Amino acid sequence: MYRNRAGALPFILPHTGIRPRRALGSPVKAALFVPCYVDALFPEVGIATLALLERLGVAVEYPLEQTCCGQPMANNGCEKDAARAEALFARNFAGYDYIVAPSGSCTHHVREHLTAIPQTAAVRRVRHSTYELVEFLHDVLAVREFPWAEFRHTVGLHIGCSSLRALRLAKASEIAEPGFSKPMALLSKVAGIRFAQPSRPDECCGFGGTFSVFEEAVSARMGHDKVSDHAGAGAEYVVSGDMSCLMHQRGCAQRMGSKLKFIHIAQVLNGARS
Amino acid sequence: MTKRIDHSEAASKFIAAKDHVEFHDRRLWDLRGKRDRESGALPEWESLRTLASQVKEHTLTHLAAYLEEFEANATANGAIVHWARDAAEHNQVVHGILAARGARVLVKSKSMLTDECGMRPFLEARGIEVMETDLGERIQQLDGEPPSHIVVPAVHKLRGDVARVFSSTIGTDAGNSDVHYLAESQRAHTRPYFLRADAGMTGANFAIAETGAVVVCTNEGNADLSVHLPPLYIASVGIEKVIPKVEHLGIFVRMLSRSALGSPITQLTSHFRRPRPGQEMHIVLVDNGRVERLGMADFWSSLKCIRCGACMNTCPVYRRSGGLSYGATYSGPIGVIIDPTFNLRKFSSLPFASTLNGSCTSVCPVRIDIHDQIYKWRQVIAARNQLPIVKQEAMRAAGKVLGSPRLYRAAARATATGLAQLPRALVYNPLNAWGRQREVPDAPAQTFREWYLENRKPRKKP
Repeated sequence: MYRNRAGALPFILPHTGIRPRRALGSPVKAALFVPCYVDALFPEVGIATLALLERLGVAVEYPLEQTCCGQPMANNGCEKDAARAEALFARNFAGYDYIVAPSGSCTHHVREHLTAIPQTAAVRRVRHSTYELVEFLHDVLAVREFPWAEFRHTVGLHIGCSSLRALRLAKASEIAEPGFSKPMALLSKVAGIRFAQPSRPDECCGFGGTFSVFEEAVSARMGHDKVSDHAGAGAEYVVSGDMSCLMHQRGCAQRMGSKLKFIHIAQVLNGARS
Repeated sequence: MTKRIDHSEAASKFIAAKDHVEFHDRRLWDLRGKRDRESGALPEWESLRTLASQVKEHTLTHLAAYLEEFEANATANGAIVHWARDAAEHNQVVHGILAARGARVLVKSKSMLTDECGMRPFLEARGIEVMETDLGERIQQLDGEPPSHIVVPAVHKLRGDVARVFSSTIGTDAGNSDVHYLAESQRAHTRPYFLRADAGMTGANFAIAETGAVVVCTNEGNADLSVHLPPLYIASVGIEKVIPKVEHLGIFVRMLSRSALGSPITQLTSHFRRPRPGQEMHIVLVDNGRVERLGMADFWSSLKCIRCGACMNTCPVYRRSGGLSYGATYSGPIGVIIDPTFNLRKFSSLPFASTLNGSCTSVCPVRIDIHDQIYKWRQVIAARNQLPIVKQEAMRAAGKVLGSPRLYRAAARATATGLAQLPRALVYNPLNAWGRQREVPDAPAQTFREWYLENRKPRKKP
């Protein structure tokens, strides 16, 4: 079972101040939400997330009837069409102290935009209890060591825009405040890792959900620019907590004939060597 | 029925001109970088943003009182104040003032409001020559294009483009695209107009209720020449430009140019308060939809905007699509949330010209929640049936599939196997926008759920 540096399990949800109903000392229980595109296209990211959480002593459950958080419909303005997916999400994840998702934009949707269904106490609790993986590791479990992890490559860190500006996982370059970066804090504990310095570290990569197809020209241009920036900075890998951004960037890189590779942060933290 | 602006199509044309999109992106990103350095140098920057937002919110929620105070003080100063309900009334008022005095030549400085009202063609059709004296605005006027950016109107043009426009209009050497030569030529061409003009015109960055002064912030000095030389001066002022006191101006003056160009302050900050002896000064206060916007619960705070353009400079979509692709007076993130208030159907694609990355909100000096408003406009557009049918149907279908575990699992399986089995020609056909410039992901052997059932839960018996 994982304990933080103070020796005690963390017991306050940092962004809500809510105390989960759990006795101190018992293992952290969490439900795993595997976003639809990760389930269908990148199962290895779901597997790494599950394995990492289990390695850290978290008792993970994966509700089998889960589908999607509702974001694709709501981001297109079709909140009503998101209602069934949102109701399912709320039902599948009701009652868990923590819901963990390896995706910033899904977490953001659940917290800020899961509003197409009646906001019962149970729904509100699900929304408050949903965490993106990096913030769960960094803020809730307060993990600071990954002794099993080793990644001997130069990586460009990509923080998806929802993770960056909505979940505030790091300082955005345009905000005047002291610097911080939760994903960087975690990755810097991985043995052998080196970081490339792209010239526009937090410029949006242009995925944007259906933006990627309805605004294809702009989206692809942004993606190609992003790939060039990482490659130009000497990155071998782009690492991100947001697989949707990586799917887009990887698609661009492959078409451009770039050798850049892409990997989810859960895989790196779980000990993937390449 | 009004035709919808197709931002995506217009943007793809802009992107096709490689040199242009590269320059445009680099130039505006450079302004964003300068803005970061200037704002970062003020330890109180984020507090200034809050303060500026509070002053604007206070003023907008007491708008009638401050406008009346402004009118009373401006009138006491000797200006004549007019009220215009909409663009048509604004243009008629301005034309009325000019016509009554027999004015034939009008020199003006940059004003988004006069563009918003379509004033130039209105006056030109009535025999009045209008000279834009701001360099960028003049380039656009000569090229028959609207401004593509609210601060740098011709930023989408390379100097070769400007040389082409100037050579065919003001007679410069077509082969000479030296920046100083072009700027000096425009200056030499414009100067005589200041002396000939019957009237001068400006917009307003701020209108101060306490003093009745119109405040104009510029870098070229052309606004001051437009005001001080002709015998008649007209200022067009949107009603949201009013602020209570001079002491509040300091907050905005510190933020405006830092946000816009990354310079500490504009070269000139002019308070036009009263006409000089023998001059007439008119101020036209314009609503044109602002009162209606003020009544919109989700969108009223867009009226806080001070037109700095920081949201445009930081916007990765704007930088790669150019201001003209928005087909509206206001482009970029701020345009996307203002334009639908003028015509929902016409501008219904604009809130989708965004990745919702939120950088616009972070740079806004008056803390407008721009990307949240973009999200909310999308809900309004869908609810009023203004989505393209194909998207509407796709979302309805997606909602059904993702709302049912059984249908979802079938779709997830089909996605995984489909990618593996479909012939490349089908995946990368011209109708598949994803595959035009990107590869699709490799197909996994199984979904996560399938893996989980095999590895974490006992298998179900057949």
